[in-house]
Amino acid sequence: MQRIGVFVCWCGTNIAGTVDVKRVAEALKNEPGVVYSDNYQYMCSQAGQDMIKNAIHEYKLTGVVVCSCSPRMHETTFRKTAAAAGLNPYMVEIANIREQCSWVHKDMEAGTEKAIILGRAAIAKLNLNTPLTAGETPVTKRALVIGGGIAGIQTALDIADAGFKVDIVEKKPTIGGKMAQLDKTFPTLDCAACILTPKMVDVGQHENIRIFSYSEVTDVKGFVGNFDVTIKRKARFVKEDVCTGCGLCMEKCPMKKVPNEFNLGLDNRTAIYIPFAQAVPKVATIDPNYCIMKKTGKCGLCSTVCTVGAIDYNQQDEIIEEKYGAIVVATGFNPISMDKFDEYAYSQSKDVVTSLEFERLMNAAGPTQGTLLRPSDGKHPHTLVFVQCVGSRCEACAEKGKEYCSKICCMYTAKHAMLVRDKYPDTEVYVFYIDVRTPGKNFDEFYRRAVEEYGVHYIKGMVGKVAPEGDKLMVQASDLLDNKQLHIAADMVILAAAIEPDESARSLATMLTASMDTNDFFTEAHPKLRPVESPTAGIYLSGACQGPKDIPDTVAQAGAAASKVIGLLVKDKLTGNPCVAESNELMCNGCSACEKVCPYGAITYVDKEFRMPDRTTRVRRVAQVNPAVCQGCGACTVACPSGAMDLKGFATSQIMAEVDAICK
Amino acid sequence: MKVSYFPGCTLKTHAKDLDTYARKCAEILGITLEEIEEWQCCGGAFTTAKNESATKLSSVRALKAAKDKGQALVTVCSACHNVIKQTNYTMATDAEVRMKVNNYMAPEEPYAGETQVYHYLELIRDVVGFDKVREKVVNPLKGQKIGAYYGCLLLRPNSVMKMDDPENPQIIEDLIRALGATPVVYPYRNECCGGYTVIEDPEFAGRKSKIITESAKGHGVDRLVTACPLCKYNLVKNGSEVPVVYFTELMAEALGVKEMA
Repeated sequence: MQRIGVFVCWCGTNIAGTVDVKRVAEALKNEPGVVYSDNYQYMCSQAGQDMIKNAIHEYKLTGVVVCSCSPRMHETTFRKTAAAAGLNPYMVEIANIREQCSWVHKDMEAGTEKAIILGRAAIAKLNLNTPLTAGETPVTKRALVIGGGIAGIQTALDIADAGFKVDIVEKKPTIGGKMAQLDKTFPTLDCAACILTPKMVDVGQHENIRIFSYSEVTDVKGFVGNFDVTIKRKARFVKEDVCTGCGLCMEKCPMKKVPNEFNLGLDNRTAIYIPFAQAVPKVATIDPNYCIMKKTGKCGLCSTVCTVGAIDYNQQDEIIEEKYGAIVVATGFNPISMDKFDEYAYSQSKDVVTSLEFERLMNAAGPTQGTLLRPSDGKHPHTLVFVQCVGSRCEACAEKGKEYCSKICCMYTAKHAMLVRDKYPDTEVYVFYIDVRTPGKNFDEFYRRAVEEYGVHYIKGMVGKVAPEGDKLMVQASDLLDNKQLHIAADMVILAAAIEPDESARSLATMLTASMDTNDFFTEAHPKLRPVESPTAGIYLSGACQGPKDIPDTVAQAGAAASKVIGLLVKDKLTGNPCVAESNELMCNGCSACEKVCPYGAITYVDKEFRMPDRTTRVRRVAQVNPAVCQGCGACTVACPSGAMDLKGFATSQIMAEVDAICK
Repeated sequence: MKVSYFPGCTLKTHAKDLDTYARKCAEILGITLEEIEEWQCCGGAFTTAKNESATKLSSVRALKAAKDKGQALVTVCSACHNVIKQTNYTMATDAEVRMKVNNYMAPEEPYAGETQVYHYLELIRDVVGFDKVREKVVNPLKGQKIGAYYGCLLLRPNSVMKMDDPENPQIIEDLIRALGATPVVYPYRNECCGGYTVIEDPEFAGRKSKIITESAKGHGVDRLVTACPLCKYNLVKNGSEVPVVYFTELMAEALGVKEMA
């Protein structure tokens, strides 16, 4: 028989406000096995934990039930407390009387009754608990960073500087991401390339970093400390280790009409290309969709001019497999498509551009060498209208936009408006907004400068219609503060398109068994206390894949993710979770049902000899669980038709005891 | 094919052309429009007030009449179509309104938005097909530059109307093309004409209408076509220099069923 101690937490008024904690402690005193029951204001505090430790010693407790918050919050805390007092940590059960009781009920009587029932269930389960010991697994001391934008770059550098090996997988031919496309960065207006490209060079030259550019992660197996990752290195038809990046092939390539994705299609590139001058790795890539040689078998000019013989038209995709201890997701974002926002005439006029396109039009390395010219006729624009929240905060139009705030648009629009006014004082610049949101260090001051020093016209209200008439864009908008309808004849309209996670995020999340929200942003383990970790152990989050983020926030989060990875890789062994499945071989009928449902590949079948009652031996096929791979999800225990599979710490008998206690 | 037809009040008074030509063209295209018996006003404007069900009753009666005959319901007036389609959508998706309306009307079998509602243009595109229209054209309107004027109600809200992209539509342009004429796309074709504000603030409606007709004129439009009696009223009253006709009249010309005066 167990000797159980029950500890009921008030959580200040969080629990005590709707649950009579004293009555709960009193009622649970009489449950089978309970020898001690008490309540306290904050069980997780030092004093509360000491109370548990003292009771373990004084009453020789063999098990502890804490009636408190969700086990996700403090189960680990109380397990450590028990362990410190010499108790097996798996002899602790949590009854969640906060999230699942006090927070959702208003009536004290009902709340108290439910709390008693939940406590009773935990006690019933604990009566059947057995001490469990966690196994240990080794840690592969190498990290994988998926995505080579500023988030991935910073994470990789920080991990590598701590002395660990890092691989970056980037699907584009070069690292750099969105930041490489930007002109200036707020709020200090440093040139993006000037602060980014040295970091790219650092990554390229770091002895601990390997870059797999033009590559994609295609499969992930394993678990924290021991991931097996399959990476597809797409054929670039150029030998990466031979190409010197001289660019002669680009000069000679006769196919010059390929939309240049780095400039968002505002100009053209050649079929063999290096995305931009500071690309890392600086290696050419052949675009097979446009290459004349790849399409017709006739041309081969680049091969002829290449002095080092780097061109290989027959190169095939290469599949490589690597082992990693930790994986960082840094897949970033994209502006949403403007297809469904034709009220702004994006598809009807070249002079309606997105903000990212505008970055390229202002960039010295962009299609206009940094001179702002209208895409339609190359003339200097005099009147510019910026529209914020295009597709953001779009509750009423969820079918085409996003409900959330994209966070970065207020600041980059202020930046664009300011830069235009600074460079071209003859312009009139209007910004239409729902709200101007500029929290952040020196952010609001920056926006005020745009208004006060640079004379940008900020107008509260939205644009309803952009009508291309002749060479003008007739902008129809409302001025909500003046209660007026405005008509502005503009030369250019710039749309602050909402941002969304990269399209690769969803399939990657499935591979990683990492959770996402309804918008396909990766979910953090705790929004406040564990912001850079995924709930899946060993998976970390960096940058805009977790939510819209500007560069300062991204770099901060990238460093935080790196420090979490370092904290993992520095360990030689990881303590596993002992709550794993176990097969009773005598009951197993070898049907493979468990193997089929296991999402982690933790179950294998072996042929094993069994002694029969008549002293003969018979070979039977039975399931075996690899405890290092099993995550304890319990899918196999449900699938098993013969009841051979059971989950340690959550045995069927324990769950049934809980149900019985609740229904009593 | 037989369909239930809801003409609407205005089509019996100020917009007889819209009605008459719609019927004649339907005949040519093999569609029998069966006018619903004892139909009532659609309600005039769809109210979004959640606690409001009385104004939905007349639309539901029309919808239910079509359901009882096992037919789709067709309207040709932009406003009627908007009200009836939105009412139908609400009956299908809003349990509270559905309960109130059914409690009041007490039909044998409760109505829950089962009837398929078409705008006449949708029927032509999705059921008849523009190719069939093209075949039936006897007087191709060759060389005529026609501007489609959609107005605001025909396509919005898109989540309910599900007819065409309200910001960059093409259904009327496709029809114009099928009739042998040349569609002219001008930017204000889906802007509001001023609508009912003409009663309170005629000057405002005047300004709105002027923007539209002048833009059309600037783009070389010979004639504007619309599906909405109120749009036509506003555009014409505010001195459109471009003639405005109903799209059914244009169809009737091309299909050879418009009586030559």
